[in-house]
Amino acid sequence: MEFFRDTNIDFLGKKWYFLTFSLIFSVAGVLSMAFWHHIPLGVDFRGGTLVYVKYAHTPDPSAIHNEIERAGLKNARVQRYGPAANNEVLIALDIQETSEQALDKGKIQIIQALESHATEGKQDLNNSSSLTIANYLLEKDPLHLGSGLDANPRYFATAQAIVNYRDKAKSGVLGSVDELKSVADPTVVASLQDSFFVSDFGIRNVEIVGPQVGQQLRKQAILATLYSLGGMLIYLGFRFEWIYGVAAVLTVFHDTLITVGAFSLLDREISLTVIAAILTLIGYSNNDTIVVFDRIRENIKLLRRDKLSDIVNKSINQTLSRTILTAGLTFLTVLALFLFGGEVLHNFSLALVIGILIGTYSSIAIAAPILVAYQDWRGGRDKKPIAMPLRSGSGPAQPKEKVKV
Amino acid sequence: MNKNLTWKLVIIVGILLVFLAGIFGVPKEWSGKGMLAAITDRIHLGLDLRGGTHLILQVQVNDAVNVDSDNAVARLQEDFRTRKINYADITKPDPVNHPEMIVVKGVPPDQTSDFKSIISDRLPEYDATSGAENSWTVAMKAQTLADLKNRAVAQAIETIRNRIDQLGVSEPVIQEHGLGQYQILVQLPGVDDPARVKEIMQSTAMLEIKQSLGGPYSSEQEALQEHGGVLPPDAVLMQGKSIGSRNAETGESWYLISRASAVTGRDLRDAQPTADENGQPAVKFILSGEGGRKFYAFTSAHVGDKLAVVLDNKVQEVAVIKDAIRDNGIINGRFTDQETRDLSMTLRSGALPAGIKYLEERTVGPSLGADSIRSGVQAAIYGMLAVLIFMLVYYRWAGVNADIALILNLVILLGFMGYFGAVLTLPGIAGVILTVGMGVDSNVLIFERIREELRNGKTPPSAVEQGFSHAWITIVDTHVTTIVSAAILFIFGTGPVKGFATTLVFGLLANLFTAVFVSRVIFDWVLSRKQRGEALSI
Repeated sequence: MEFFRDTNIDFLGKKWYFLTFSLIFSVAGVLSMAFWHHIPLGVDFRGGTLVYVKYAHTPDPSAIHNEIERAGLKNARVQRYGPAANNEVLIALDIQETSEQALDKGKIQIIQALESHATEGKQDLNNSSSLTIANYLLEKDPLHLGSGLDANPRYFATAQAIVNYRDKAKSGVLGSVDELKSVADPTVVASLQDSFFVSDFGIRNVEIVGPQVGQQLRKQAILATLYSLGGMLIYLGFRFEWIYGVAAVLTVFHDTLITVGAFSLLDREISLTVIAAILTLIGYSNNDTIVVFDRIRENIKLLRRDKLSDIVNKSINQTLSRTILTAGLTFLTVLALFLFGGEVLHNFSLALVIGILIGTYSSIAIAAPILVAYQDWRGGRDKKPIAMPLRSGSGPAQPKEKVKV
Repeated sequence: MNKNLTWKLVIIVGILLVFLAGIFGVPKEWSGKGMLAAITDRIHLGLDLRGGTHLILQVQVNDAVNVDSDNAVARLQEDFRTRKINYADITKPDPVNHPEMIVVKGVPPDQTSDFKSIISDRLPEYDATSGAENSWTVAMKAQTLADLKNRAVAQAIETIRNRIDQLGVSEPVIQEHGLGQYQILVQLPGVDDPARVKEIMQSTAMLEIKQSLGGPYSSEQEALQEHGGVLPPDAVLMQGKSIGSRNAETGESWYLISRASAVTGRDLRDAQPTADENGQPAVKFILSGEGGRKFYAFTSAHVGDKLAVVLDNKVQEVAVIKDAIRDNGIINGRFTDQETRDLSMTLRSGALPAGIKYLEERTVGPSLGADSIRSGVQAAIYGMLAVLIFMLVYYRWAGVNADIALILNLVILLGFMGYFGAVLTLPGIAGVILTVGMGVDSNVLIFERIREELRNGKTPPSAVEQGFSHAWITIVDTHVTTIVSAAILFIFGTGPVKGFATTLVFGLLANLFTAVFVSRVIFDWVLSRKQRGEALSI
């Protein structure tokens, strides 16, 4: 089976279309970053408090917002999260309400606000940890174990079973204390009923990032990326010519700009995992670019009399089959992740979906034309293509003399 | 089959077995369940996938420096008194930003040499520089300061680990975080109650035994009035309060307490719950050898003075020193039995050398972790299957070859992670995806090249030879560039970025082996069984 064979498409001839396409997306992204959604940084980089709450029924974000506002948190953002059937909301506080003096103050205020119609003096079983439950049982001793040796492990195991049942079987929200009869002794359940009630929600997930960490993470992510791009530039400069390194890095920059721009346009948050996805796309795009470059390097040696633009076109066509295949297969994996990977992976796989498309496009439409443009810019003094340092080692026989530009 | 090929096959099978052992160890049970248990035992999932609590704390290292410089101030005052140096004033001008700095004002010029000899003899870790109008700045040496701060972090890590161990959490991560930021990362898998964790970590139980210079007073104002509105520079006001929640006295009490400590929690050897002479719960402590000597020297010099037991900057009790005390004592402060047990535990585990501040707190509920891993793994498996099937359809028998290489690649990657105890996180899965992508790419590169060579009329053996040698250059270039940048990410990145880089580096190293070596051996094996001139299925 074969999809492409002996294609002969004039890619370089379409460079103005490519440039227009790239410019439209880059400029749209940059404009959005500057004037519209800016760069929507996630809580990791911005700092702030996120509380993910699961409800027993369909939640009403505006009612929740009012409850929280009444508790004094003015700027909370409440939105539905994930598939509607999950009944989840995300409550976000910005950095003004998240200080390092009392990092979890916002979270505690939110929980208190949501529990405002709590039964007086009772604790919320849906938001109690196994330790809290175990300590309570130890104190009340409903099974009359006394201070015997097995009291401690028995009650801890019971508490753990209750919490497991709540979190795994009931997805975090119990409908009533009675439901526990299937996992705990009736006397234990009766004792719990004295001091616990069940609210209509459970906290699934909490993220609190103080301002200092946010700033630090931002700086570190940017620095690490720049350093690794630098490493790439140096290696490619050493293996090929410096212009190849520059072209590869410019291409990767183009991809990153468009992907981040797309996140800004779609108003999707850039979290640490999205950064991991962007790093993946950088690796992928770079891989793609090098494959084309390698072929160009090989063809320059074989076809010394040809113009660089012809060689580049030929190389792109020769590698086209592999480019499309690899891109298609990787895209398949990433698409599976995007469609079936669940809410947590959503932004992460979105970045990959955009990244694979752009990364494949750019090695043909950006990286190769940069080489040709550079050659043209060098002027007509010497039409010989850009050469590369000689290498020893495996590979086809090398010409002995070094070709100077 | 030729001998060379046999050896290569043996190497491949050997490596496969080694890395399978990395993934599974030696399973206790050869059933599906036993295997699964063996995997989860060796491949650890990150908190984002399995649920748990993640905290980043800032160690207030300046606290530790302040303790040291407060003691230095006390020592200087004593020595100035005994050596009769008439200084005007001794202060710490900026305890918040420069806790290592002490300023002594009005040192008479004719006593300069005495002053300098006191500093060099008694405070070898400090340097004195002269300033305007006979004032001197006594500052801790830079190296000592850095050591002290690093030691504070190391000690805080040790203390927190001791305390977390009491919680019985499996596989806790407690380590320094960030470069030179004095931060600590605490990760507790399966713990969804950060409040309880913080309670245990934060019970600083900073025990200090100090001299009590006055009190009790009913309020701060009263204490100030007693001293003419100005407190002695070497003393602070502290509130006296029992940590015993029951029978707590109503009303406040304040004491004037010396800044310097006779002994601190660091001098403790042991602490146990006990009962005092009235049968009330109390905590008995024993000092270390060095601590005992310090305490003896202090108490023998201060017989008749009052001694305060200070816990977390609250005065627990004040007693008159009747005799010199060597190495043990009792803290009583209207405790409950539970409190004496907790207190002796925290005292034993060591006091935090400095306060801590929380910078980041994340809790992933167990249900969320489970959901995300289930859907993530499912999606990854669908994706993988689609790729494997496509390779078979597109490249026929050579596709089998590629599929074997891909699967072996994943086995080696997971085996690496098992051996190195690396943790698989969500960004780590991104690394796996890129690895699979590049693994597929290597195979596609080679196969397309072989097809090209076949089209150009080469015989199958020579097309395979040419295909591999041409693609090899490209594969090395793509892999080395990516490994270089991943290694840099590993060095400079933190947490998630590191997780990504780890799986990527392992995966690409594995891929260099599988896509090139393994795939080649299979091709050679297939070719060795074919008649000359027979076509290759690709």
